[in-house]
Amino acid sequence: MIPAAFDYKRATSAAEAISLVSQYGSDAKFLAGGHSLLPLMKLRLAQPAMLIDIGRVKDLSYIKDAGSHLAIGALTRHMDVETSKVVHEHAPLLAKAASHVGDSQVRHRGTIGGSIAHADPASDLPATTLALGATYVVQGPKGQREIAASNFYKGFLESDLAADEMLVEIRVPKMQGAGWSFQKFNRRAQDWAIVGVAAWHRKGEAGVALVNMGSTPILATSVANAIAKGASISDAAALASNEADPQSDLNASSDYRKHLASVLVRRALEAASK
Amino acid sequence: MTITENKPTSVIGTRLLRREDPPLLTGEAKFTNDLNIPGALHLTVLRSPYAHAKIKSIDVSAALKIAGVIAIYTGKDLQSSWASPMPCAWPVTPDMKNPAHYPLAIDKVNYVGDGVAAILATNEVASRDALDAIDVQYEPLKAVVDLEDSLSDKNIIHTELGTNKSYTWPLLVEETPGCVEEAFKKAKYKVKERYVQQRLIPMAMEPRAIVAVPQPFGGDITLYSSTQIPHILKVMTALTLGIPEQQVRVVAPSVGGGFGSKLDVYAEELLCMALSRKHNAPVRWVEERSENTQATIQGRGQIQHVELAADENGKITAVRVRIVGDMGAYLQLVTPGVPLLGAFLYAGVYDIPKAYDFECTSVFTNLTPTDAYRGAGRPEATYAIEMAMEALARAMKIDSFELRKRNYIKKEQFPYVAFSGLTYDSGDHLLAAEKAAKMTDLAGVRAQQKKQNVPGATKLLGLGMSSYFEMCGLAPSRVLASLNYSAGGWEAATVRVLPTNKVQVITGTSPHGQGHETSWAMIAAEKLGVAPEDVDVLHSDTAISALGLDTYGSRSLPVGGVAIALACDKVIEKAKTIAAHQLECATEDLQFANGTFSVKGSPDRALPLAAIAFGAFTAHNLPEGCEPNLEAQVSYDPPNFSWPFGTHMCVVEVDTETGAVEILKYIAVDDCGNQINPLIVEGQVHGGVVQGIAQALFEEAVYDEDGNLKSSNLAEYLVPAACDVPSITTGHTITPSPTNQLGVKGIGEAGTIGAAPTVISAIIDALSGLGVTTMAMPASPQTVWKTIQAATSGGKK
Repeated sequence: MIPAAFDYKRATSAAEAISLVSQYGSDAKFLAGGHSLLPLMKLRLAQPAMLIDIGRVKDLSYIKDAGSHLAIGALTRHMDVETSKVVHEHAPLLAKAASHVGDSQVRHRGTIGGSIAHADPASDLPATTLALGATYVVQGPKGQREIAASNFYKGFLESDLAADEMLVEIRVPKMQGAGWSFQKFNRRAQDWAIVGVAAWHRKGEAGVALVNMGSTPILATSVANAIAKGASISDAAALASNEADPQSDLNASSDYRKHLASVLVRRALEAASK
Repeated sequence: MTITENKPTSVIGTRLLRREDPPLLTGEAKFTNDLNIPGALHLTVLRSPYAHAKIKSIDVSAALKIAGVIAIYTGKDLQSSWASPMPCAWPVTPDMKNPAHYPLAIDKVNYVGDGVAAILATNEVASRDALDAIDVQYEPLKAVVDLEDSLSDKNIIHTELGTNKSYTWPLLVEETPGCVEEAFKKAKYKVKERYVQQRLIPMAMEPRAIVAVPQPFGGDITLYSSTQIPHILKVMTALTLGIPEQQVRVVAPSVGGGFGSKLDVYAEELLCMALSRKHNAPVRWVEERSENTQATIQGRGQIQHVELAADENGKITAVRVRIVGDMGAYLQLVTPGVPLLGAFLYAGVYDIPKAYDFECTSVFTNLTPTDAYRGAGRPEATYAIEMAMEALARAMKIDSFELRKRNYIKKEQFPYVAFSGLTYDSGDHLLAAEKAAKMTDLAGVRAQQKKQNVPGATKLLGLGMSSYFEMCGLAPSRVLASLNYSAGGWEAATVRVLPTNKVQVITGTSPHGQGHETSWAMIAAEKLGVAPEDVDVLHSDTAISALGLDTYGSRSLPVGGVAIALACDKVIEKAKTIAAHQLECATEDLQFANGTFSVKGSPDRALPLAAIAFGAFTAHNLPEGCEPNLEAQVSYDPPNFSWPFGTHMCVVEVDTETGAVEILKYIAVDDCGNQINPLIVEGQVHGGVVQGIAQALFEEAVYDEDGNLKSSNLAEYLVPAACDVPSITTGHTITPSPTNQLGVKGIGEAGTIGAAPTVISAIIDALSGLGVTTMAMPASPQTVWKTIQAATSGGKK
């Protein structure tokens, strides 16, 4: 558990972080909470020559009511998202998902931006923000751009972020009283989901996304479309895996994952429709 | 002797908080890797990435150039360091095949993790970097991973042996020749079951760590190791390295759990010692967790075929068992003996005639070597007989508890001479079982089950149970001799009353989380009439505790604790002669109570132990022939194993749509005879039960067909945490052991022995309405769901 040698610099602002990463390019990685990156480094699966620590960039930790949406700074810790009154009121599905990340120690260090930028399909927040139709604000040397969550995830641990860009804000549309449910199926309380479902439903409109059902978080558009067309919940849930391409691993074969997805989507929509 | 149940006295039987805990909980306790040893070099071991391969070449030139790297050794380089191969202390049969096993592989590697090179560096970063820079050319060979494939000998691992079979060990006990086969022929009911005991990774919280520290002159060497067996290690390392035994000192600092995985003589211990002598510098080695999963022994690994024959009432008339044991690539310290520790127990707690046909064949595989792991052979045996009883009850269409009641050895039958000739010391299986049933609210659960398990229900309730007993408290040495075990089973104790009436207890047990300091202090305090805090317990350092056989097999209390009580008796006897002399009376006229000797009938003529102790030290007025000082040493060889027992029950809810299993209730009723400290007993039961639940639901060392471990870290090997297991409700009965003055039995492994069949039988019970009659371990959600599909018309993969 000894990483390969690396250098370390601490950034005090987003601008400084970007200027540093422009200098070092693909040899550098941002370090936020460290809960995804450091284990990879200790197993020598990742060997960045330079770590740019953005964990002390204070101006990127915030949760604001911005009218039609919530604006959440990328360095906001999971614990703060979980316990925020504003999030509970306007995006309770996100608060619930945040409460499921790892365990209490992880939630005090891990950040929403780190989780999204890491782009692990088995993480809870990428799928949840995808279901909620979030937009990610990204900053680079040439300025800011906004990326819809549905365009952000490109492949396993791959996102639309360029090597010299940094995620700075997550914009989550307000849920406006929609019913919702977060279903995380795992064997142990602190594990990643074997399959997870983030779902909301209001008056025939629904948003459903899947955790750990492919190389990216999956937006279950077939389910949402079926609901919009008036299908029953169980008929819609049967389409859960239409957009998915689940892997087989020690916990679950891809067939079992597909089965779980339809069960969990059904349960999520039932709960969201109460 | 008549042993009566403990009545709460001043200390024994109380829930005294453990003195071990404050240092452990505050981080003050020193584990091996906490030791500050200036100038220590770091050892890292390069391990084979192949399960089976020839070593063609090893090129260390690039690695040697890394700053901080001092030397790199291959297996060939170190051959002259060993006087003999690594020891196996249990040649179970005269013709047992044991391939020579050295700390580093020489021409061939036989499991992923097999050591290939030893790197010495000034710091651990350099030694870790050097791992990546060594170039080993391998010629991969087909790996033998499956037990049935190994048995076939199609692909032989250790070619010099000519076979993969290490041994075949039979235990055939027949009243008349052929009566077993006869019983099966005419049985009214019989069952034939196949079970698989999956490999488990012991996962002690502290991975292994070692520092070998040589003295500059004279050849002495101190081995600090996270070990359960300092005494055994001393002898074995001296023999293997060919150095005089008195030069070796072994110290186990605080050890963070072992569960059998630290009951061994490991390659790294020998490497640290050999290299520290070579370089005249301390050498330290620390295991990484993912290294531990492959380089430290694993547990279990068996295929079991179990058959029961029964008459029209369900009374068992014969038992037939065939086991294939998985040794792994090499035989470590007691590897071959582990399946045999259960050999006598496949009839469980039931009264059977002399019709018992057991045979175990153990084979090599290209996997990590197995060895003792909590229960070591007895969880496997208990699982087999208890699950077979469930199958028999199903065949007879009667309740399995009822079937058990018809077969339990009855209280009046104890001490019970079993078919094997072994004597089970004491027990009352029905009492423990009925207590468990009451605590579980058996009738209430069945009523709830009837309401809940209706057709179409997706969450099904199930009730499971197991009645177990086990043989522990290793062990009467002459019995070990008859089993070909290379060591004895005694335990040593010195009890010394210091001049100021403080007591030193020196024990040969080597605790690694069991709370021996607290428990032994309680025993000595009770016997000598002193306060427990005035008793100091010394252990785990062969320079201080010279004699002992260490801690494993739930032996420390029934053997080590009893040795302490006997040593206290000797101390009291000597003190009595001094008291009689000083009080000018006969020893028969004296009584000893509350730490004071007094003349019977004249309580004012008295002397406290404190005065005797000081008087023994000054030696101013001792009787003729009486030596100064007040201490006694005992080596105690127990006359029998100890036989704790109990019944566990649990209630589960199975979500048939996902296969998820939730344990709603877990009740453990265990009987370990008299309890020295109920708090410690409960702790042992809780921990043991969790490890059994873990085998039932969570844990498995998963290998692919090439012998690669797929579950090699804590994300993939699923050790349950507190929130993943139910609140365990413990109860107990007390059936004192008649074989020792304390009336105690062991308890360390009992929880693990009882738990797995309890959980699996509950899952089967929940799903019985769907036609499910078997369930593999671990019963993961996927396994449960697929079993349901196969049993119902679903039948999809």
